[in-house]
Amino acid sequence: MSLFDVFNVAGSAMSAQAQRLNTVASNLANADSTTSSTGQPYRAKQVVFSAVPVAGSQASGVKVLEVVEDASPPRMVYDPKNPVADEKGYVAMPNVNVVEEMVNMISASRSYQTNVETMNAAKTMLLKTLTIGQ
Amino acid sequence: MIGKLDDYLRFQETALSLRAQRQQLLASNIANADTPDYKARDIDFSSALQSALAPAGQAPSELAKTSAAHLDAPGTARPGGAPLLYRSVQQGSVDGNTVDMDTERNQFADNAIRYEASLTMISGQIKSLLAAIQG
Repeated sequence: MSLFDVFNVAGSAMSAQAQRLNTVASNLANADSTTSSTGQPYRAKQVVFSAVPVAGSQASGVKVLEVVEDASPPRMVYDPKNPVADEKGYVAMPNVNVVEEMVNMISASRSYQTNVETMNAAKTMLLKTLTIGQ
Repeated sequence: MIGKLDDYLRFQETALSLRAQRQQLLASNIANADTPDYKARDIDFSSALQSALAPAGQAPSELAKTSAAHLDAPGTARPGGAPLLYRSVQQGSVDGNTVDMDTERNQFADNAIRYEASLTMISGQIKSLLAAIQG
């Protein structure tokens, strides 16, 4: 029954968008983390989406293909009193762009919302189908 | 007798199953709104319905697939025998995605209403059948 596949499709999109939101939260939370477990400043992370075919139908779901690290250089801030400052007094701050992350956050939550509505519409259609002939 | 009942309900049944398949396609367009290089797809409903109602016989045989990643043989990925089409691009985007959220959501709501209309019709047909049987 193809309407049931809508649940798989919308569900995969919801979990992908939730992971994107998770990444945004991690980036925003670490916007000022100058050190991490590796000793390097935190690097912004982004998810890469990819379409995956759903078995037995023409539709495609979504999955997170990989989480990539932003390769842009760290932001250098002059702060000689900071213990992690280099010999010239500069501190390497994470390359998190807060504006970009906020836009990403809104986009992810709107997409999530749309997929919830898609799922609800499919659910209503299925429930109505069950009342055929009554 | 059974054949006649079957014929009586076939049109709405075919329409319902095509509507359900189209709903699924639209849902996957909406789900992939943020996927780079995804191309939005749809079917031409009236030609799909026409070919689904046409007498069977020319339908291509389907290949058995053992993995979800296997591609369909040409001619099998066709709801009701109509080809899956690509939407023309309304506004180009840098990542190659052609999903226009407004179009997709419009079509999704439209398709859902038409599905429910078909449901109402088939329910009415069943009610009139019952009335004829029970007198």
